[in-house]
Amino acid sequence: MSLAAQQTKQQTQLEQTFNQLAEALLTELRADEQLKLTLQAEQSQFVRFNAAQVRQTGCITDGSLTLTLMQNQRNAYRSFPCTGDWETDWPQVQQALAELRQEVPELPVDPYLVLPQGNATSRDIQTGQLLAADAVAATLLPEVAGLDFTGIYAGGSVIRGYADSAGQRHWFATESFALDYSLFTSDNQAVKGTFAGNQWDHSAYSAKLADSKLQLQRLAQSPKPVPRGQYRTYLAPSALAEIIGMLSWGGISEAALQRGDSALAVLQRGEKQLSPRFSLSENFGHGLVPRFNESGEVAPVELSLIAAGQLKNTLVSSRTAKEYGKVANGASGGEYLRSPEVAPGQLPADQILASLDTGLYLSNLHYLNWSDRPSGRITGMTRYACFWVEQGELVAPIENLRFDESLYRCLGEALIDLTETQEFIPEVGSYSNRSLGGIWVPGALIEGFTYTL
Amino acid sequence: MVAELSNRLADRLVDQLAALKLAADWVGIRMVKETVGSRSIRDGQPQRNGKSTSQGAMVEVLVNGQIGYGATNDLSTAGLQAAAEQAQQQAMATSRWAVHALTPAVRPKVVGQYASPYVKPLDALSPAEINDLLVQLCQKLKVSDQIVQTTAMAVTNETESWFVSSNGSEVYQKFSLLETHFAATAQDGAIVQQRSHNGQLAHCYQGGWELFLTPDLWQQAQQIGEQAVELLTATECPSLTTSLLLAPDQMMLQIHESVGHPLELDRILGDERNYAGGSFVKPQDFGSLSYGSELMNITFNPSVPGEFASYSFDDIGAAASREYLIQSGKLLRGLGSLESQARLEQPGVACARACSWNRPPIDRMANLNLEPGTASFAELIQDVEHGVYMEANRSWSIDDQRYKFQFGCEYAKLIENGKITKTLRNPNYRATTPEFWHQLVRVGDESTWQMYGTPYCGKGEPNQAIRVGHGSPTCLFANVEVFGGGE
Repeated sequence: MSLAAQQTKQQTQLEQTFNQLAEALLTELRADEQLKLTLQAEQSQFVRFNAAQVRQTGCITDGSLTLTLMQNQRNAYRSFPCTGDWETDWPQVQQALAELRQEVPELPVDPYLVLPQGNATSRDIQTGQLLAADAVAATLLPEVAGLDFTGIYAGGSVIRGYADSAGQRHWFATESFALDYSLFTSDNQAVKGTFAGNQWDHSAYSAKLADSKLQLQRLAQSPKPVPRGQYRTYLAPSALAEIIGMLSWGGISEAALQRGDSALAVLQRGEKQLSPRFSLSENFGHGLVPRFNESGEVAPVELSLIAAGQLKNTLVSSRTAKEYGKVANGASGGEYLRSPEVAPGQLPADQILASLDTGLYLSNLHYLNWSDRPSGRITGMTRYACFWVEQGELVAPIENLRFDESLYRCLGEALIDLTETQEFIPEVGSYSNRSLGGIWVPGALIEGFTYTL
Repeated sequence: MVAELSNRLADRLVDQLAALKLAADWVGIRMVKETVGSRSIRDGQPQRNGKSTSQGAMVEVLVNGQIGYGATNDLSTAGLQAAAEQAQQQAMATSRWAVHALTPAVRPKVVGQYASPYVKPLDALSPAEINDLLVQLCQKLKVSDQIVQTTAMAVTNETESWFVSSNGSEVYQKFSLLETHFAATAQDGAIVQQRSHNGQLAHCYQGGWELFLTPDLWQQAQQIGEQAVELLTATECPSLTTSLLLAPDQMMLQIHESVGHPLELDRILGDERNYAGGSFVKPQDFGSLSYGSELMNITFNPSVPGEFASYSFDDIGAAASREYLIQSGKLLRGLGSLESQARLEQPGVACARACSWNRPPIDRMANLNLEPGTASFAELIQDVEHGVYMEANRSWSIDDQRYKFQFGCEYAKLIENGKITKTLRNPNYRATTPEFWHQLVRVGDESTWQMYGTPYCGKGEPNQAIRVGHGSPTCLFANVEVFGGGE
């Protein structure tokens, strides 16, 4: 049996076992108890490259269940391994339930505990056509022979399951890959690229690499040092995506706003404005991430968050809604962006350099952090292919610069325009497990972006 | 009982290793069981109560100079066999492109044990008692109505790892870890300030509850609440170039970002360039580069009792020992595992570490410390005509070569004519790494030395967050650009 067929069989068994565990748990449940059972699982292959060679390579089969028991307005959880084998997993579920029954009565009352409700169900299985595990290096590396190619290929299945005592059931399984790479010049300048999807398309891969190689040629000159100051700046989609990502960290969360932790509080209070050109939404219509959250609640297909610079909605989890008297909108407990999309503007792609005229073209940003969160100020670095531009022409790559700039300037009064097309920037993170989805985002032209070091 | 169980599991793992059917130059199995208890309270109400257990094994197989890995949470003999076959397939399929031809020398035979020291075990407090303690901390932190949020949390972590190999390695290590945090947020209209227990989750140690239940715990909570309120009316940190005195709870971050990461050999070798970044340090710099002033002495020290990342063996079985990375300002060696040492032909340390069973070992910091100098706190400030003293990290950012950085702190004091004077809010500073460390002009003595840690050191592809420890005295730097907040 091929590896792909073996994986499909294992996924089927995992779903059957998950459903069986959920049903068996419900029969054990007492009248005053409620529960949630969630599953995270993946079978992933990781191939790590350096200098167009293989640094590390391997495969991972992982799965974990989280059982949350609720009783008398108290709750606690246990997470433990899930293999998909009933004989192995059921005793662990039983042990977790026994431990929780001992612990939960000891705990203080949680006034904002939200019990499972509703009867939403979903089942979304996205099959893919991925490279065979032993063919990844042989397929990828010939295209980059002779180049300083570094990065990682991650591919395989990712599964999310949910069941609760109210009757909600969700299953999401996807097979996908993501290649996250850089091509370096001998003096450490680099082009960054990502190539992701469900179906391996070799001609698309070749075209992507050809484009990256072309960009690499533009980095041949020595980098130009640029003194600190304010410069007209174009943020390519990958760079703007980094700034939008900051809104998941003390930004768009309703809980953060309520507790003084949000950079958007001044927007909410009307003390600062964002540009009427800037609109942000959650858009699950792209279908790359599950619409259900860790409480089985289903987010709307689209939710406008910032429309024409005005804060329309925040991300409100059911727990936050209960605490602050708001209406929940299917947000996750952490109230972070799961499928964000920034609306395009009117700047045509072929007019970017001409519109920038003289200034900086930034392909990527790196290591962003709030330098003063309440006032919306962000610091970070330029990274990879960033250029000095004069009179609409790329002049030279630059030495990395530090910026320290307010969100309310760069996406407010200083935002000249956004590009008329968006790019999909895949989420390639793999802390604990492989991330899903990504962001749809245009590029942004900004007047007087502030560089400090 | 625990030792008996550990021995049984080790014996079983040795048997399972012996039962693997595959041809290879070397095979190793690293099994990890990690149980993390998490309790948190906000504004006196429970937010999170529970435990997570992760258990699995990574099989590494060396074939034709390449190591492949297969990791699984199916610990049956069949499960490990399947993982081993995947590892073997990966090694064979990629050996012609191996970045370096590895030999079993990078996985030497080692036999030994390690256990964290502790006095009051992690199960000494019941969930109810921990919740009660955290609720009381929230109450103590709320010193006024201007405190709009109080948080307190405690994370217990019991991790066991077993490592066995075809060349006879047998290592068992057991870690008892405690991570605690509490903080207060104060607000007056648009002004919001947060003060915490030495920065986000900085109190990370090996040991038991004796680490948290200290006599000054309640006084510390009271002070944190008061200082959060104090910051609401404090003067904004001025923008100027001046003397900068950093407390150990900020030095932790300073050492981590501008010494630890740039000295990782895998960054210098280029492995991390697509994610975490490279380094301004070049291979030829070892043994010659003046990294900082002569007062700068940095050690890799996995043997400090109670420090968060102490251990006896790294995750490929290399025996760990204290080593100077920088001595009297001169760069001597990097943070590199046996694999990186072989690739770069430079000395390193035992630092091949993985965050769990499902990630491969890579070069990591463990405990990285700045050795104490000779100045008392009073002596550190007595000659400072004008300067800023900063405590507790709240913002951090550095470039991918670890060269240009900008860090922010929670709390600062002005130093005028050798004395600490008024409180400053929103303190930040920025510099470049070599320039900054050459401006180290005084190093505090043992009395100013404190150690902290973090479980969130992120790096690697696939990504890994790992625990590190950092100890440092209070340190004085000359001519640093400091500035405040606001637009």
